[in-house]
Amino acid sequence: MSVKLTIMQQMEQVAREHGKILPPLKEDLVLANCGLDSLGFAVLVARLEDTLGIDPFTAAEDAIFPITLGDFVKVYEHGRQ
Amino acid sequence: MSMAGSETALRDHVAAAPGQRWLWDRDRSICLTDLHRGTILGAGFPSLAGGSVLVAAENQINAAIALIELDGVARRVVILPPGVEFGHLAEIVAAAQVDAAVVDNGSPPLKTLGLPVQVCCESSIIPASEDPASRVCTEWVLVTSGTTGVPKMVVHNLASLTAPLQAASPADGATVWGTFYDIRRYGGLQIYLRALLGGASLVLSNPEESVADHLARLGQHGVTHLSGTPSHWRRALMNPAIEKIAPRYVRLSGEIADQAILDGLRATFPQAVIGHAYASTEAGVAFDVNDGRAGFPADYFAATRDGVEMKIVDGSLRIRSPRTALAYLDTAQALAGADGFVDTGDIVEQDGDRCFFAGRKGGIINIGGMKVHPEEVEAVINRHPRVRMSLVRGRQSPITGSVVVADVVLSSGQDLESKRQIEVKSDILKFCSDALPRHKVPASISFVPKLDVAATGKLVRRQG
Repeated sequence: MSVKLTIMQQMEQVAREHGKILPPLKEDLVLANCGLDSLGFAVLVARLEDTLGIDPFTAAEDAIFPITLGDFVKVYEHGRQ
Repeated sequence: MSMAGSETALRDHVAAAPGQRWLWDRDRSICLTDLHRGTILGAGFPSLAGGSVLVAAENQINAAIALIELDGVARRVVILPPGVEFGHLAEIVAAAQVDAAVVDNGSPPLKTLGLPVQVCCESSIIPASEDPASRVCTEWVLVTSGTTGVPKMVVHNLASLTAPLQAASPADGATVWGTFYDIRRYGGLQIYLRALLGGASLVLSNPEESVADHLARLGQHGVTHLSGTPSHWRRALMNPAIEKIAPRYVRLSGEIADQAILDGLRATFPQAVIGHAYASTEAGVAFDVNDGRAGFPADYFAATRDGVEMKIVDGSLRIRSPRTALAYLDTAQALAGADGFVDTGDIVEQDGDRCFFAGRKGGIINIGGMKVHPEEVEAVINRHPRVRMSLVRGRQSPITGSVVVADVVLSSGQDLESKRQIEVKSDILKFCSDALPRHKVPASISFVPKLDVAATGKLVRRQG
Protein backbone atom coordinates (compact mmCIF):
# COMPACT_ATOMS: atom_id res chain seq x y z
CA MET A 1 0.00 0.00 0.00
CA SER A 2 1.30 3.47 -0.83
CA VAL A 3 2.32 5.84 1.93
CA LYS A 4 -0.39 8.23 0.81
CA LEU A 5 -3.12 5.61 0.97
CA THR A 6 -1.95 4.39 4.37
CA ILE A 7 -2.04 7.93 5.74
CA MET A 8 -5.52 8.55 4.34
CA GLN A 9 -6.86 5.29 5.76
CA GLN A 10 -5.40 6.02 9.20
CA MET A 11 -6.84 9.54 9.14
CA GLU A 12 -10.29 8.14 8.40
CA GLN A 13 -9.84 5.58 11.17
CA VAL A 14 -8.74 8.10 13.83
CA ALA A 15 -11.52 10.50 12.80
CA ARG A 16 -14.07 7.71 13.20
CA GLU A 17 -12.76 6.83 16.66
CA HIS A 18 -12.82 10.47 17.70
CA GLY A 19 -16.30 11.06 16.33
CA LYS A 20 -15.12 13.50 13.64
CA ILE A 21 -16.14 13.71 9.98
CA LEU A 22 -13.35 14.57 7.57
CA PRO A 23 -13.78 16.68 4.44
CA PRO A 24 -12.66 15.05 1.17
CA LEU A 25 -8.96 14.21 1.54
CA LYS A 26 -7.39 16.26 -1.23
CA GLU A 27 -3.73 17.22 -1.61
CA ASP A 28 -4.42 20.88 -0.86
CA LEU A 29 -6.57 20.23 2.22
CA VAL A 30 -5.26 22.49 5.00
CA LEU A 31 -4.58 20.24 7.98
CA ALA A 32 -5.73 22.85 10.47
CA ASN A 33 -9.17 22.70 8.85
CA CYS A 34 -9.46 18.94 8.50
CA GLY A 35 -11.34 18.35 11.73
CA LEU A 36 -8.68 16.48 13.69
CA ASP A 37 -7.47 18.28 16.80
CA SER A 38 -3.95 18.02 18.23
CA LEU A 39 -4.78 14.82 20.13
CA GLY A 40 -6.17 13.36 16.90
CA PHE A 41 -2.91 14.20 15.11
CA ALA A 42 -0.86 12.81 17.98
CA VAL A 43 -2.76 9.52 17.69
CA LEU A 44 -2.40 9.58 13.90
CA VAL A 45 1.37 10.07 14.10
CA ALA A 46 1.65 7.23 16.66
CA ARG A 47 -0.40 4.89 14.42
CA LEU A 48 1.69 5.81 11.37
CA GLU A 49 4.81 5.03 13.37
CA ASP A 50 3.37 1.54 13.95
CA THR A 51 2.39 0.95 10.32
CA LEU A 52 5.15 2.80 8.43
CA GLY A 53 7.88 2.34 11.02
CA ILE A 54 8.84 6.03 11.22
CA ASP A 55 7.98 9.19 13.10
CA PRO A 56 9.58 11.78 10.80
CA PHE A 57 8.65 14.65 13.10
CA THR A 58 10.49 13.33 16.16
CA ALA A 59 13.34 12.03 14.02
CA ALA A 60 13.91 15.37 12.23
CA GLU A 61 16.57 17.72 13.51
CA ASP A 62 14.57 20.79 12.53
CA ALA A 63 10.93 21.31 13.31
CA ILE A 64 8.67 20.39 10.40
CA PHE A 65 5.36 22.13 9.94
CA PRO A 66 3.35 20.66 7.08
CA ILE A 67 0.47 22.92 6.08
CA THR A 68 -1.50 20.78 3.69
CA LEU A 69 -2.25 17.09 3.46
CA GLY A 70 0.09 16.96 0.47
CA ASP A 71 2.94 18.37 2.59
CA PHE A 72 2.16 15.88 5.34
CA VAL A 73 2.34 12.93 2.92
CA LYS A 74 5.64 14.25 1.50
CA VAL A 75 7.20 14.33 4.99
CA TYR A 76 6.48 10.62 5.34
CA GLU A 77 7.52 9.76 1.78
CA HIS A 78 10.74 11.67 2.31
CA GLY A 79 11.29 10.05 5.70
CA ARG A 80 10.89 6.56 4.21
CA GLN A 81 13.70 7.07 1.70
CA MET B 1 -3.74 -15.88 64.68
CA SER B 2 -1.79 -14.44 67.57
CA MET B 3 0.84 -11.85 67.03
CA ALA B 4 2.77 -10.58 69.99
CA GLY B 5 4.99 -7.61 70.63
CA SER B 6 8.72 -7.23 70.64
CA GLU B 7 9.47 -8.25 74.22
CA THR B 8 9.66 -11.80 73.01
CA ALA B 9 12.26 -12.62 70.37
CA LEU B 10 11.29 -14.45 67.23
CA ARG B 11 13.06 -17.62 68.38
CA ASP B 12 10.81 -17.78 71.45
CA HIS B 13 7.66 -17.43 69.34
CA VAL B 14 8.84 -20.28 67.16
CA ALA B 15 9.65 -22.44 70.19
CA ALA B 16 6.26 -21.69 71.78
CA ALA B 17 4.17 -22.77 68.78
CA PRO B 18 2.90 -26.34 69.15
CA GLY B 19 3.42 -29.14 66.68
CA GLN B 20 5.95 -29.62 63.92
CA ARG B 21 6.30 -26.76 61.48
CA TRP B 22 8.38 -26.79 58.33
CA LEU B 23 10.14 -24.50 55.97
CA TRP B 24 10.36 -25.99 52.52
CA ASP B 25 12.30 -24.78 49.57
CA ARG B 26 12.93 -26.67 46.36
CA ASP B 27 15.94 -28.58 47.64
CA ARG B 28 15.63 -28.71 51.42
CA SER B 29 13.16 -29.11 54.24
CA ILE B 30 13.90 -27.69 57.65
CA CYS B 31 11.88 -28.53 60.73
CA LEU B 32 11.59 -25.38 62.82
CA THR B 33 11.28 -27.40 66.02
CA ASP B 34 14.94 -28.36 65.57
CA LEU B 35 15.87 -24.75 66.29
CA HIS B 36 15.33 -25.47 69.98
CA ARG B 37 18.95 -25.93 71.07
CA GLY B 38 19.98 -25.97 67.44
CA THR B 39 21.54 -23.55 65.02
CA ILE B 40 22.27 -23.24 61.33
CA LEU B 41 25.04 -20.77 62.14
CA GLY B 42 27.36 -23.30 63.72
CA ALA B 43 30.15 -22.40 66.10
CA GLY B 44 30.31 -18.84 64.79
CA PHE B 45 26.88 -17.92 66.11
CA PRO B 46 28.01 -16.44 69.47
CA SER B 47 30.34 -14.05 67.65
CA LEU B 48 27.31 -12.34 66.11
CA ALA B 49 25.83 -11.29 69.46
CA GLY B 50 25.42 -7.54 69.70
CA GLY B 51 26.66 -6.97 66.18
CA SER B 52 25.31 -5.30 63.08
CA VAL B 53 24.88 -8.34 60.87
CA LEU B 54 24.40 -8.42 57.12
CA VAL B 55 22.31 -11.45 56.19
CA ALA B 56 23.93 -12.09 52.83
CA ALA B 57 23.19 -15.80 52.39
CA GLU B 58 22.11 -16.37 48.81
CA ASN B 59 19.87 -19.27 49.70
CA GLN B 60 16.49 -18.10 50.94
CA ILE B 61 16.05 -20.85 53.51
CA ASN B 62 19.45 -20.04 55.07
CA ALA B 63 18.50 -16.38 55.35
CA ALA B 64 15.10 -17.30 56.78
CA ILE B 65 16.59 -19.43 59.57
CA ALA B 66 19.33 -16.88 60.30
CA LEU B 67 16.66 -14.22 60.87
CA ILE B 68 14.99 -16.35 63.53
CA GLU B 69 18.30 -16.90 65.24
CA LEU B 70 19.52 -13.32 65.08
CA ASP B 71 16.40 -11.56 66.38
CA GLY B 72 17.06 -10.61 70.00
CA VAL B 73 20.74 -11.47 69.63
CA ALA B 74 22.16 -9.10 67.02
CA ARG B 75 21.83 -5.36 67.56
CA ARG B 76 20.88 -4.96 63.92
CA VAL B 77 20.15 -7.30 61.03
CA VAL B 78 20.45 -5.98 57.50
CA ILE B 79 18.49 -8.21 55.14
CA LEU B 80 20.06 -8.34 51.71
CA PRO B 81 17.47 -9.21 49.05
CA PRO B 82 18.59 -10.97 45.89
CA GLY B 83 19.49 -8.73 42.99
CA VAL B 84 21.19 -5.86 44.81
CA GLU B 85 24.07 -4.73 42.63
CA PHE B 86 27.44 -5.55 44.06
CA GLY B 87 28.43 -1.90 43.68
CA HIS B 88 25.86 -0.90 46.28
CA LEU B 89 27.11 -3.36 48.90
CA ALA B 90 29.89 -1.13 50.18
CA GLU B 91 27.41 1.72 50.74
CA ILE B 92 25.06 -0.61 52.60
CA VAL B 93 27.84 -1.98 54.79
CA ALA B 94 29.10 1.51 55.61
CA ALA B 95 25.68 3.07 56.25
CA ALA B 96 24.54 0.22 58.49
CA GLN B 97 27.95 -0.04 60.25
CA VAL B 98 27.91 -3.72 59.44
CA ASP B 99 30.58 -5.65 61.31
CA ALA B 100 29.59 -9.22 60.53
CA ALA B 101 27.91 -11.20 57.80
CA VAL B 102 25.99 -14.44 57.49
CA VAL B 103 26.97 -16.04 54.21
CA ASP B 104 26.69 -19.27 52.26
CA ASN B 105 28.31 -20.71 49.15
CA GLY B 106 26.29 -18.45 46.87
CA SER B 107 26.95 -15.16 48.66
CA PRO B 108 28.61 -12.30 46.82
CA PRO B 109 32.35 -12.00 47.58
CA LEU B 110 32.50 -9.80 50.65
CA LYS B 111 36.28 -9.95 51.18
CA THR B 112 36.92 -6.48 49.83
CA LEU B 113 34.43 -5.02 52.31
CA GLY B 114 36.70 -5.79 55.25
CA LEU B 115 34.13 -7.40 57.54
CA PRO B 116 35.85 -8.81 60.63
CA VAL B 117 33.36 -11.64 61.14
CA GLN B 118 31.83 -13.93 58.55
CA VAL B 119 29.71 -16.87 59.59
CA CYS B 120 28.90 -19.52 57.00
CA CYS B 121 25.58 -21.35 57.19
CA GLU B 122 25.65 -25.08 57.82
CA SER B 123 23.70 -27.28 55.42
CA SER B 124 21.24 -28.18 58.16
CA ILE B 125 20.45 -27.30 61.76
CA ILE B 126 23.11 -28.68 64.07
CA PRO B 127 22.91 -29.07 67.87
CA ALA B 128 23.93 -26.09 69.97
CA SER B 129 24.96 -26.37 73.60
CA GLU B 130 22.32 -23.89 74.69
CA ASP B 131 20.02 -21.27 73.24
CA PRO B 132 21.39 -17.74 73.55
CA ALA B 133 19.67 -15.44 75.98
CA SER B 134 17.60 -12.86 74.10
CA ARG B 135 18.32 -9.44 75.41
CA VAL B 136 18.24 -6.78 72.71
CA CYS B 137 15.44 -5.32 70.62
CA THR B 138 16.95 -6.00 67.23
CA GLU B 139 16.67 -3.46 64.44
CA TRP B 140 15.51 -5.06 61.21
CA VAL B 141 16.78 -3.18 58.17
CA LEU B 142 15.07 -3.85 54.86
CA VAL B 143 16.78 -2.87 51.64
CA THR B 144 14.38 -1.61 48.97
CA SER B 145 15.31 -0.96 45.38
CA GLY B 146 13.89 2.56 45.29
CA THR B 147 12.84 4.08 41.98
CA THR B 148 16.27 5.39 41.06
CA GLY B 149 18.02 2.08 41.68
CA VAL B 150 19.94 3.37 44.71
CA PRO B 151 18.90 1.12 47.59
CA LYS B 152 17.02 2.66 50.49
CA MET B 153 17.41 1.15 53.92
CA VAL B 154 14.24 1.05 55.98
CA VAL B 155 14.40 0.37 59.72
CA HIS B 156 11.77 -1.79 61.41
CA ASN B 157 11.72 -3.96 64.50
CA LEU B 158 9.83 -7.15 65.23
CA ALA B 159 6.97 -5.14 66.73
CA SER B 160 6.47 -2.90 63.69
CA LEU B 161 6.72 -5.91 61.39
CA THR B 162 4.19 -7.98 63.29
CA ALA B 163 1.80 -5.58 65.08
CA PRO B 164 -1.56 -7.35 64.95
CA LEU B 165 -3.99 -6.81 62.14
CA GLN B 166 -7.48 -8.25 62.50
CA ALA B 167 -7.12 -11.82 61.26
CA ALA B 168 -8.41 -11.74 57.73
CA SER B 169 -7.41 -15.19 56.64
CA PRO B 170 -9.37 -18.31 57.47
CA ALA B 171 -7.71 -19.89 60.50
CA ASP B 172 -9.50 -23.23 60.63
CA GLY B 173 -7.39 -26.34 60.25
CA ALA B 174 -3.64 -26.59 59.69
CA THR B 175 -2.23 -23.67 57.78
CA VAL B 176 0.42 -24.02 55.10
CA TRP B 177 1.51 -20.68 53.73
CA GLY B 178 3.11 -20.16 50.36
CA THR B 179 4.33 -17.04 48.66
CA PHE B 180 5.61 -16.04 45.26
CA TYR B 181 7.67 -13.33 46.96
CA ASP B 182 11.18 -13.69 48.30
CA ILE B 183 10.98 -13.42 52.09
CA ARG B 184 13.85 -10.91 52.12
CA ARG B 185 11.51 -8.23 50.79
CA TYR B 186 8.71 -6.65 52.80
CA GLY B 187 5.80 -8.47 51.11
CA GLY B 188 7.44 -11.86 51.58
CA LEU B 189 8.76 -11.09 55.05
CA GLN B 190 5.20 -10.29 56.15
CA ILE B 191 4.07 -13.73 55.06
CA TYR B 192 7.07 -15.43 56.65
CA LEU B 193 6.45 -13.72 60.00
CA ARG B 194 2.74 -14.45 59.82
CA ALA B 195 3.50 -18.10 59.25
CA LEU B 196 6.02 -18.20 62.12
CA LEU B 197 3.84 -16.39 64.62
CA GLY B 198 0.72 -18.24 63.52
CA GLY B 199 2.35 -21.63 63.98
CA ALA B 200 2.16 -22.47 60.27
CA SER B 201 4.55 -24.05 57.79
CA LEU B 202 5.76 -22.15 54.72
CA VAL B 203 6.69 -23.13 51.17
CA LEU B 204 9.44 -20.84 49.86
CA SER B 205 9.87 -19.78 46.25
CA ASN B 206 12.98 -20.56 44.24
CA PRO B 207 14.27 -18.21 41.55
CA GLU B 208 15.46 -21.05 39.32
CA GLU B 209 12.13 -22.82 39.34
CA SER B 210 9.49 -22.50 36.61
CA VAL B 211 6.02 -21.29 37.52
CA ALA B 212 4.66 -24.77 36.74
CA ASP B 213 7.18 -26.48 39.02
CA HIS B 214 6.55 -23.97 41.78
CA LEU B 215 2.78 -24.51 41.58
CA ALA B 216 3.29 -28.28 41.59
CA ARG B 217 5.46 -28.02 44.70
CA LEU B 218 2.91 -25.77 46.41
CA GLY B 219 0.29 -28.40 45.61
CA GLN B 220 2.43 -31.24 47.00
CA HIS B 221 2.74 -29.45 50.32
CA GLY B 222 -0.99 -28.78 50.39
CA VAL B 223 -0.69 -24.98 50.48
CA THR B 224 -3.74 -23.40 52.11
CA HIS B 225 -2.73 -19.72 52.09
CA LEU B 226 -0.94 -18.20 49.12
CA SER B 227 0.32 -14.68 48.57
CA GLY B 228 1.76 -12.69 45.68
CA THR B 229 1.41 -9.57 43.57
CA PRO B 230 -1.33 -9.28 40.91
CA SER B 231 1.44 -9.81 38.33
CA HIS B 232 2.50 -13.03 40.08
CA TRP B 233 -1.10 -14.18 40.08
CA ARG B 234 -1.71 -13.33 36.42
CA ARG B 235 1.34 -15.37 35.52
CA ALA B 236 0.08 -18.25 37.67
CA LEU B 237 -3.42 -18.14 36.16
CA MET B 238 -1.90 -18.43 32.68
CA ASN B 239 -0.27 -21.71 33.69
CA PRO B 240 -2.16 -25.01 33.41
CA ALA B 241 -0.43 -26.14 36.65
CA ILE B 242 -2.70 -23.72 38.54
CA GLU B 243 -5.10 -26.66 38.97
CA LYS B 244 -2.56 -28.35 41.25
CA ILE B 245 -3.33 -25.93 44.07
CA ALA B 246 -6.53 -25.30 46.00
CA PRO B 247 -5.80 -22.56 48.54
CA ARG B 248 -8.42 -21.48 51.05
CA TYR B 249 -6.95 -18.00 51.19
CA VAL B 250 -5.62 -16.08 48.20
CA ARG B 251 -3.84 -12.84 48.97
CA LEU B 252 -2.69 -10.05 46.67
CA SER B 253 -0.46 -7.13 47.56
CA GLY B 254 2.32 -4.94 46.20
CA GLU B 255 0.43 -3.65 43.15
CA ILE B 256 -3.08 -2.46 42.45
CA ALA B 257 -5.50 -5.40 42.41
CA ASP B 258 -7.92 -4.59 39.61
CA GLN B 259 -11.35 -6.13 39.22
CA ALA B 260 -10.20 -8.39 36.38
CA ILE B 261 -7.61 -10.25 38.44
CA LEU B 262 -9.97 -10.49 41.43
CA ASP B 263 -12.68 -11.96 39.18
CA GLY B 264 -10.16 -14.29 37.53
CA LEU B 265 -9.09 -15.64 40.90
CA ARG B 266 -12.70 -15.95 42.02
CA ALA B 267 -13.52 -18.04 38.95
CA THR B 268 -10.48 -20.28 39.50
CA PHE B 269 -10.88 -20.65 43.27
CA PRO B 270 -14.63 -20.37 43.92
CA GLN B 271 -14.32 -21.54 47.56
CA ALA B 272 -11.39 -19.36 48.62
CA VAL B 273 -11.31 -16.11 50.54
CA ILE B 274 -9.70 -13.67 48.11
CA GLY B 275 -8.17 -10.64 49.77
CA HIS B 276 -6.03 -7.79 48.60
CA ALA B 277 -3.84 -5.93 51.04
CA TYR B 278 -2.33 -2.50 50.95
CA ALA B 279 1.19 -2.31 52.29
CA SER B 280 4.55 -0.74 51.63
CA THR B 281 7.97 -1.25 53.19
CA GLU B 282 7.84 2.24 54.69
CA ALA B 283 4.15 2.54 55.64
CA GLY B 284 3.68 -1.08 56.72
CA VAL B 285 0.53 -3.12 56.20
CA ALA B 286 -2.40 -0.70 56.29
CA PHE B 287 -5.46 -2.76 55.47
CA ASP B 288 -6.94 -5.88 53.92
CA VAL B 289 -9.97 -5.89 51.63
CA ASN B 290 -11.90 -9.14 51.44
CA ASP B 291 -15.15 -8.31 49.64
CA GLY B 292 -13.83 -9.34 46.23
CA ARG B 293 -14.07 -5.82 44.83
CA ALA B 294 -11.26 -3.57 43.62
CA GLY B 295 -10.47 -0.51 45.74
CA PHE B 296 -11.47 -0.11 49.37
CA PRO B 297 -14.37 1.39 51.33
CA ALA B 298 -14.13 5.16 51.66
CA ASP B 299 -15.05 4.92 55.33
CA TYR B 300 -11.57 3.53 56.02
CA PHE B 301 -10.68 7.21 56.30
CA ALA B 302 -13.37 7.89 58.88
CA ALA B 303 -11.82 6.20 61.89
CA THR B 304 -8.64 4.59 63.14
CA ARG B 305 -8.74 0.93 62.13
CA ASP B 306 -6.35 -1.59 63.71
CA GLY B 307 -4.30 1.40 64.81
CA VAL B 308 -4.02 2.70 61.23
CA GLU B 309 -4.85 6.31 60.47
CA MET B 310 -5.15 7.38 56.84
CA LYS B 311 -5.60 10.67 55.06
CA ILE B 312 -5.12 12.09 51.60
CA VAL B 313 -2.89 15.10 51.05
CA ASP B 314 -2.23 16.41 47.52
CA GLY B 315 -3.99 13.37 46.14
CA SER B 316 -1.69 10.79 47.70
CA LEU B 317 -2.36 8.41 50.56
CA ARG B 318 -0.70 9.15 53.90
CA ILE B 319 -0.52 6.51 56.63
CA ARG B 320 0.38 6.49 60.32
CA SER B 321 0.28 3.23 62.21
CA PRO B 322 2.11 0.93 64.63
CA ARG B 323 3.33 -0.91 61.54
CA THR B 324 4.97 2.13 59.99
CA ALA B 325 8.75 1.77 59.74
CA LEU B 326 10.78 3.61 62.37
CA ALA B 327 13.07 5.55 60.03
CA TYR B 328 15.40 5.39 57.09
CA LEU B 329 18.84 4.32 58.19
CA ASP B 330 20.13 7.43 56.48
CA THR B 331 18.49 9.80 58.92
CA ALA B 332 19.10 12.80 56.67
CA GLN B 333 16.06 11.54 54.80
CA ALA B 334 12.74 11.80 56.62
CA LEU B 335 10.58 8.67 56.42
CA ALA B 336 7.48 10.41 57.76
CA GLY B 337 6.28 13.97 58.06
CA ALA B 338 6.41 15.88 61.34
CA ASP B 339 2.94 14.50 62.14
CA GLY B 340 4.20 10.92 61.80
CA PHE B 341 2.33 10.21 58.56
CA VAL B 342 4.19 8.44 55.74
CA ASP B 343 3.46 9.68 52.22
CA THR B 344 2.98 6.48 50.22
CA GLY B 345 3.13 8.26 46.84
CA ASP B 346 0.05 6.27 45.79
CA ILE B 347 -2.72 8.39 44.31
CA VAL B 348 -6.20 7.64 45.67
CA GLU B 349 -9.43 8.77 44.04
CA GLN B 350 -12.90 8.46 45.52
CA ASP B 351 -15.93 7.31 43.55
CA GLY B 352 -19.04 7.27 45.72
CA ASP B 353 -18.42 5.16 48.81
CA ARG B 354 -15.37 3.45 47.32
CA CYS B 355 -11.77 4.57 46.94
CA PHE B 356 -9.48 3.41 44.15
CA PHE B 357 -5.75 3.56 43.58
CA ALA B 358 -5.11 5.56 40.43
CA GLY B 359 -1.36 5.07 40.19
CA ARG B 360 1.97 6.39 41.38
CA LYS B 361 2.66 10.05 41.95
CA GLY B 362 5.70 10.01 39.66
CA GLY B 363 4.26 7.69 37.01
CA ILE B 364 1.95 10.14 35.33
CA ILE B 365 1.88 10.42 31.53
CA ASN B 366 1.35 13.99 30.38
CA ILE B 367 -0.76 14.22 27.21
CA GLY B 368 -0.67 17.84 26.12
CA GLY B 369 -1.17 18.96 29.72
CA MET B 370 -3.76 16.32 30.60
CA LYS B 371 -2.64 13.69 33.08
CA VAL B 372 -3.02 9.96 32.74
CA HIS B 373 -2.09 7.30 35.26
CA PRO B 374 -0.98 4.16 33.39
CA GLU B 375 -2.70 1.99 35.98
CA GLU B 376 -6.18 3.39 35.32
CA VAL B 377 -5.89 2.53 31.63
CA GLU B 378 -4.47 -0.91 32.42
CA ALA B 379 -7.43 -1.59 34.72
CA VAL B 380 -9.82 -0.99 31.79
CA ILE B 381 -7.81 -3.01 29.28
CA ASN B 382 -7.47 -5.89 31.76
CA ARG B 383 -11.27 -6.10 32.01
CA HIS B 384 -11.45 -7.08 28.33
CA PRO B 385 -12.23 -10.81 28.14
CA ARG B 386 -9.36 -11.53 25.73
CA VAL B 387 -6.73 -9.81 27.87
CA ARG B 388 -4.57 -11.40 30.58
CA MET B 389 -2.41 -8.40 31.46
CA SER B 390 -1.21 -5.10 30.09
CA LEU B 391 1.39 -2.41 30.50
CA VAL B 392 0.54 1.17 29.64
CA ARG B 393 3.26 3.74 29.10
CA GLY B 394 3.88 7.06 27.43
CA ARG B 395 5.42 7.29 23.99
CA GLN B 396 7.05 10.52 22.86
CA SER B 397 4.82 12.53 20.56
CA PRO B 398 5.88 15.54 18.50
CA ILE B 399 2.41 17.02 18.95
CA THR B 400 1.22 16.43 22.50
CA GLY B 401 4.52 15.58 24.21
CA SER B 402 3.32 12.05 24.90
CA VAL B 403 0.63 9.65 23.83
CA VAL B 404 -0.65 6.60 25.65
CA VAL B 405 0.47 3.25 24.26
CA ALA B 406 -0.27 -0.23 25.58
CA ASP B 407 1.53 -3.57 25.47
CA VAL B 408 -1.02 -6.32 25.88
CA VAL B 409 -0.72 -10.01 26.73
CA LEU B 410 -3.76 -11.92 25.48
CA SER B 411 -5.25 -14.66 27.62
CA SER B 412 -5.05 -17.11 24.74
CA GLY B 413 -4.46 -17.24 21.01
CA GLN B 414 -1.30 -15.12 21.14
CA ASP B 415 -0.49 -16.18 17.58
CA LEU B 416 -3.69 -14.85 16.07
CA GLU B 417 -3.62 -14.40 12.34
CA SER B 418 -3.09 -10.77 11.48
CA LYS B 419 -6.66 -10.12 10.35
CA ARG B 420 -7.99 -11.42 13.67
CA GLN B 421 -5.35 -9.38 15.54
CA ILE B 422 -6.66 -6.19 13.97
CA GLU B 423 -10.20 -7.09 15.03
CA VAL B 424 -9.18 -7.77 18.63
CA LYS B 425 -7.13 -4.57 18.74
CA SER B 426 -10.00 -2.45 17.54
CA ASP B 427 -12.31 -4.20 19.97
CA ILE B 428 -9.99 -3.35 22.87
CA LEU B 429 -9.80 0.24 21.61
CA LYS B 430 -13.58 0.42 21.47
CA PHE B 431 -13.71 -1.02 24.98
CA CYS B 432 -11.35 1.76 26.17
CA SER B 433 -13.26 4.49 24.31
CA ASP B 434 -16.45 3.44 26.07
CA ALA B 435 -14.84 3.65 29.50
CA LEU B 436 -12.26 6.42 29.27
CA PRO B 437 -11.96 10.01 28.07
CA ARG B 438 -10.37 10.33 24.63
CA HIS B 439 -6.86 11.30 25.78
CA LYS B 440 -6.60 8.17 27.95
CA VAL B 441 -7.44 5.77 25.12
CA PRO B 442 -4.24 4.16 23.81
CA ALA B 443 -3.04 5.57 20.51
CA SER B 444 -1.38 2.26 19.84
CA ILE B 445 -1.76 -1.29 21.09
CA SER B 446 0.88 -3.98 20.63
CA PHE B 447 0.37 -7.64 21.40
CA VAL B 448 3.35 -9.08 23.23
CA PRO B 449 3.94 -12.68 24.39
CA LYS B 450 4.82 -11.62 27.93
CA LEU B 451 5.55 -8.65 30.15
CA ASP B 452 8.57 -8.43 32.39
CA VAL B 453 7.91 -8.92 36.07
CA ALA B 454 10.72 -7.72 38.33
CA ALA B 455 12.15 -9.76 41.19
CA THR B 456 9.83 -7.75 43.44
CA GLY B 457 6.85 -9.33 41.67
CA LYS B 458 5.83 -6.01 40.16
CA LEU B 459 5.49 -5.13 36.50
CA VAL B 460 8.66 -3.54 35.16
CA ARG B 461 7.78 0.02 34.19
CA ARG B 462 10.24 1.88 32.05
CA GLN B 463 10.05 5.54 31.32
CA GLY B 464 9.46 6.02 27.63
